[in-house]
Amino acid sequence: MKSTSTYAYYPGCTLKTTAREFDVSTKALCGALGIRLLELKHWGCCGASSAHGTDHLLALALPAREIASASQMGWPLVAVCAMCFSRLKHSEAALHDESMRNKLSGIVGKPLPASYEVLHLLQVIDNMRDRMPVTRPLSGLKAACYYGCVLVRPKDVSRMDDVENPQIMDRVIRAAGAETVDWNFKTECCGAGMALPHTDIMLKLSLRILNQAKQAGADCVVTACPLCFANLDGYQKQMKKTFGSDPEMPVFYFTELIGLAAGISSERLLINKHTTDAMSLLKNKGLAGEPVHA
Amino acid sequence: MTLKTITPVPHTAFRDQIEKLSGENVARCYQCGKCSAGCPVSFAMDLAPRRIMRAIQLGLKEEVLASTTIWLCVQCNVCSARCPREIEVARVMEACRLVFQQEKFKAGDRDTMLFHKLLLDSVRRWGRLHELDLAASYNLISGHLTANMGLVPGLIARGKLAILPHREARSEVKKVIARVEAEHRKDKAKAGGKA
Repeated sequence: MKSTSTYAYYPGCTLKTTAREFDVSTKALCGALGIRLLELKHWGCCGASSAHGTDHLLALALPAREIASASQMGWPLVAVCAMCFSRLKHSEAALHDESMRNKLSGIVGKPLPASYEVLHLLQVIDNMRDRMPVTRPLSGLKAACYYGCVLVRPKDVSRMDDVENPQIMDRVIRAAGAETVDWNFKTECCGAGMALPHTDIMLKLSLRILNQAKQAGADCVVTACPLCFANLDGYQKQMKKTFGSDPEMPVFYFTELIGLAAGISSERLLINKHTTDAMSLLKNKGLAGEPVHA
Repeated sequence: MTLKTITPVPHTAFRDQIEKLSGENVARCYQCGKCSAGCPVSFAMDLAPRRIMRAIQLGLKEEVLASTTIWLCVQCNVCSARCPREIEVARVMEACRLVFQQEKFKAGDRDTMLFHKLLLDSVRRWGRLHELDLAASYNLISGHLTANMGLVPGLIARGKLAILPHREARSEVKKVIARVEAEHRKDKAKAGGKA
């Protein structure tokens, strides 16, 4: 059964470049689930992850501009990048204060509401997980749901889930037919923007996460963050070079896995464009390519 | 024997500055060390988060601002989530960075600072982050010429690295940044007027 709901969609910078799979799989999945996404016009950068450590007002103003344009459209604002989501939520919280709201409104040159519904796509899908059209259940797949930092922290900003042992992604991945493993590194940091200035630190943190997922018996890691994905998927060869151990762990965006379950082909979801091979795993589990209907 | 009176001289100026910028009450910290224990980067820091908190309480401005800690902090917020005194330690780190920049402090982790500066420069230039622009300018200016370059050919081959920037939001974002800067100038003038 399809349910139709409409949201203003804020992709964020990396979704048009290094995280193209995330954008493409989000749109394909939402199409299959009957979720209408209207991409914000002329959206700009949310300022992550540099503005908030450099200029407080700028860090609030950039996402406020996106909230203003969503509110002009009149639909709740949905983000998929965990970092963008977090920055949008920070700005949304700042709007509750009238003097800050007026200041930000002056800066973005548009009226701003006193509060606004800002959601992560996981929340939208979680709400409809019982009605999800699963035509190709992800049977036999053991996923380690990796939330990273900013999806759930700070708690009073994100207001999504438990900060130490979140469950929302586990629920939707299970609804897609996969098994999810219990593990300790759900919300450990991957090293984030350290990839450029301190690659060695990032490699160490990301490798720890992949190894922990493997130890927990997972055959893949699932994420909701382009930066986590870039670090976990993109640097496995360098991890081998630096630490001598090759994690060989496929990494997915949650939208890709649920997209597969909704019957979208792995190629349309761009899973064949990952840096670390994820296609062999899918082939082994009979999940690659187009679904085969009996 | 006559009793002497000791008058402690509180060094609270720096602490006040940090508390004002972060909105956090640093004095509440009772040094349990949960922040340092949970911090994923503490192994690389010269002063782990607990020690930074203590140093701020003591007003040790130079020590705090010169530490690598305030730049190595990845803002993952584990410290904030686990603090039994409900201090948002990550916001305190952020405030330290702001003071550092406001006062044009010299020492510190130059590579991370450069990364953040160049990221915002890229947003200022294009309205959105242009990753290739950020990586190239970072490598050129930092002198780490080949850092991460091994990834570039693969990313381009898979159509995942835009050669040209997306410019749709350019003029609007420029306006927002200009107005933010105007606000800062106003605030500065106000502060100057009072002094």
